[in-house]
Amino acid sequence: MNQTAPLGMNRTGMQISPMDAERLLQATADFEPDIAEQDVADLRLAMIAEAQPIGSVPVPATLKGVAKAGMQMLTGHKAHALLDKLAERLAYERAGTRLYDAFVTKCEAYSDELGPISLETVRQFRNEEADHVRIIDDAIRSIGGDPTAATPCADLTGVETMGLLQVVVDPRTSVIQSLHAVLVAELGDEPAWELLAESARAMGQSEMADNFDEALAEETVHLETVRAWYAEATRSLLGIAS
Amino acid sequence: MALNWSDNKGCALSKQRFTWKELAPQPISKLDDDAFTRVRIILMAGLELDSVRSKHIAARFDFNHRLPLAQMRRVEHHQATLINWLIGPDHSPLDTTIAYEQVAIEVTAALAQVEPDPYIAQTMRFGLLEDFDHLYRYAALMDRLEGKDANNILQCYTDILAGRPTSVEHRAPEDDLRSHYDAASASPLTKMHSIIITGSEYQTHDYYMVVGPQFADPAARQLYAEIASIEEQHVTQYGSMIDPSQPLLEQWLMQEAAEVYMYHSCARYEDNPRIKAIWERFVDYELGHLHAVCDLYRKEYRRDPEELLPAELPEPLAFASQRDFVQKVLNEEVNLRALGTEYSQSGDESKATLAYRTHMNSEGSPTEIIASGYRWMPGTEVLNKAA
Repeated sequence: MNQTAPLGMNRTGMQISPMDAERLLQATADFEPDIAEQDVADLRLAMIAEAQPIGSVPVPATLKGVAKAGMQMLTGHKAHALLDKLAERLAYERAGTRLYDAFVTKCEAYSDELGPISLETVRQFRNEEADHVRIIDDAIRSIGGDPTAATPCADLTGVETMGLLQVVVDPRTSVIQSLHAVLVAELGDEPAWELLAESARAMGQSEMADNFDEALAEETVHLETVRAWYAEATRSLLGIAS
Repeated sequence: MALNWSDNKGCALSKQRFTWKELAPQPISKLDDDAFTRVRIILMAGLELDSVRSKHIAARFDFNHRLPLAQMRRVEHHQATLINWLIGPDHSPLDTTIAYEQVAIEVTAALAQVEPDPYIAQTMRFGLLEDFDHLYRYAALMDRLEGKDANNILQCYTDILAGRPTSVEHRAPEDDLRSHYDAASASPLTKMHSIIITGSEYQTHDYYMVVGPQFADPAARQLYAEIASIEEQHVTQYGSMIDPSQPLLEQWLMQEAAEVYMYHSCARYEDNPRIKAIWERFVDYELGHLHAVCDLYRKEYRRDPEELLPAELPEPLAFASQRDFVQKVLNEEVNLRALGTEYSQSGDESKATLAYRTHMNSEGSPTEIIASGYRWMPGTEVLNKAA
């Protein structure tokens, strides 16, 4: 894997333009800033106090009169909180599938210099992410929820992962730069599945929990594999032995 | 070297074509390209978008020219697209914002120094110190919100200091309007400068109006709202310098001349060969636009366009750090205030402005709050506070 960032005319730092840097520092040294009456933290605290929630979890059809066995079994638990977490995972896995789609393309572009990365395995992980989407979709339906709805946690997942996708789809980024974004995505995935499987079991959803355990086992392999690829590729870039 | 537009017909409008791939070119490098390459990109995208906007407005009032306006507008829209798409996706909205303010400072300072009309030059210096302050406030936001150093974008060309405080820039509309130049006696350079700076401020205003709501942080949302309001004032200020008695074709002709002039200036200073080739291509395109408008002008007025525009355009506008000039203006004119269409050395302001400002700032000024005690330092103030 030969994808070291090149040495070049990077102009962002101070050392590249010493004379201008000196002028800038001189100008700043003589400057006395004003102190405002209000602190920025006060502004933020005031806005937090006034803020409305991002949105709500849609009322399940069961509560509208259409009885669903699954949802009834959740009586006594916070069913809507589970729906929100399931929708979050659904959104994450959907985005994860697309993230892998982009990563597959990036790997295909550099197929001769993938180093430790197996393109076949990357494709397999992509398909497993898509399988996980279907598992979660079924789970939401089984308790009377609407898998097409974007809940607050699902919406925030989109905000969180926006930067990861931007890195991988950018034609200018290398395989290893993209792999780091995939690693960050996988780091968030495994503990989330673990918690979801545990929660489903505790809420009496044993079949759902069993399905989640299978997804979790695959996610654990994803994380371990991607982490190992990234470590090996980085060592290779740095020229150090593993 | 000055450009003779009269002898150079450029590329005919009918031959100005693009493909979708051309419109989304390889972006510049945020890290390796010179900050002034980005300055030129932002400026020229703004100028093209203003040209498109002006033609839309013109078409609402002038049925006879709707077709030629639409034909030229289509090309200009695609020119704006190609140029705007040169900004890479690793530029965050705040990165681009910092770059916009660098444009406002460095280009305004360069224009002010070659502007022949003293009143118009004064107006540019007045606006310059306000944009200079915006840069400082946004740099504070970038540091304190994202932990990033604005100088990564500015590349040491532009100082990061308070100017005329944004919180006192809020004025009643009657104190934002300026006297317009007299089209009969004004230099063509004054007319072109007025178009260039108005277009640039328009684009800055529009950009802040789009990206401001994309921020989650309430301080950032308020900051963008406050500075966008000043950019609206600046569009009012600079737009009012243009003599409204000029007929459509005369304004249109000067707009195209300004574009020829600025693309020529961009090409003269560009050190990235790929981007230089774009500026040169668009010099040719704009010459084609200018001659197309000249033909309309001759046909309609039976007059020679050279009466409006000397055959040889002025020397290219300088794209370089204007630090010395900006520091001088900051030292001498930061306390200047606008009063009606004039400037008050004593700092006097109208009751209307004071009342408007007092109300707008009555729940706090976000530009004051975000930059409270802020002094820019290399590598962000996190380094200082961590000690």
